[in-house]
Amino acid sequence: MSETNDVRCADVVELITDYLEGALPSEQRARVEAHLAGCDGCSTVLDQFRQTIRLTGKLREDQLTEPQRSTLLHAFRNWSSGTLLA
Amino acid sequence: MAVDRRASDEDLALVARLRAGDEEAFMELVERLQPAMLRVARMYVATQAVAEEVVQDAWLGVLQGIERFEGRASLRTWVFRILVNIAKTRGQREGRSVAFSAIAGDDLDRPTWDPSSFLGPEEQWAGHWSTLPFDWRGAPEDRLEGVETLGVIRGALDGLPPMQAEVLRLRDALGWSSDEVRNALDISETNQRVLLHRARAKVRAAIEDYLGSGIAR
Repeated sequence: MSETNDVRCADVVELITDYLEGALPSEQRARVEAHLAGCDGCSTVLDQFRQTIRLTGKLREDQLTEPQRSTLLHAFRNWSSGTLLA
Repeated sequence: MAVDRRASDEDLALVARLRAGDEEAFMELVERLQPAMLRVARMYVATQAVAEEVVQDAWLGVLQGIERFEGRASLRTWVFRILVNIAKTRGQREGRSVAFSAIAGDDLDRPTWDPSSFLGPEEQWAGHWSTLPFDWRGAPEDRLEGVETLGVIRGALDGLPPMQAEVLRLRDALGWSSDEVRNALDISETNQRVLLHRARAKVRAAIEDYLGSGIAR
């Protein structure tokens, strides 16, 4: 448990994204960092957020269906023949 | 106010190809953006079929406007601005005005973490951990890195309010910047962060549940 009593764990877990986004004012950022350095629970949570972000990065988007693809290709050909001839 | 990332050289090259009528360039962009566009359109209109129409209209808008693209935002942000405008207009025309809380969630001002994990106000260490969070480093590595974890993440995303899920997908799955996301989805910088935090917190909790099941804590 941290000795920097002015920052509570309950607050730090809600500031993790702001911290990772670099969105905290510098003084608050320093207090959060000091807390993280001394608090196993909160540094575990920070690590788990980083893992969560990394794992989410492995998600892949769905492929287009063939009808979706051909509809848009058709629309593009209509557009380009109209535009480029004009 | 932060400035949106300007169009990259890659964006400008793609735009030049579109203007020249290069259909491969167009289909490349479609493949990349269409799945997210469909999800975003669906937030504002009543059915998947209407969302498909909105996305098609958005692509026509993109083609018709491509000559006017100035590169002040990234190409994908610009495409989503067109999409969101069309989706909102279409939703309103159908008498379906969507409250922000309906798509963003009504839990934005509540803690993401179970308050009972922390010591109560009467304790000397109020607000500090009463029970340390489950340390999933104790779980087997292949369980965390396995393909099933991705299924757990997808399942968690399906259970989130759509705007929370989409902010997370755009940021963490597709690698958009925070400025791109807030401009694309027409939300404030603060809301972008709040939605992202809630979504990450819920996905983290889902991974914890998955890794924790069957393991002695």
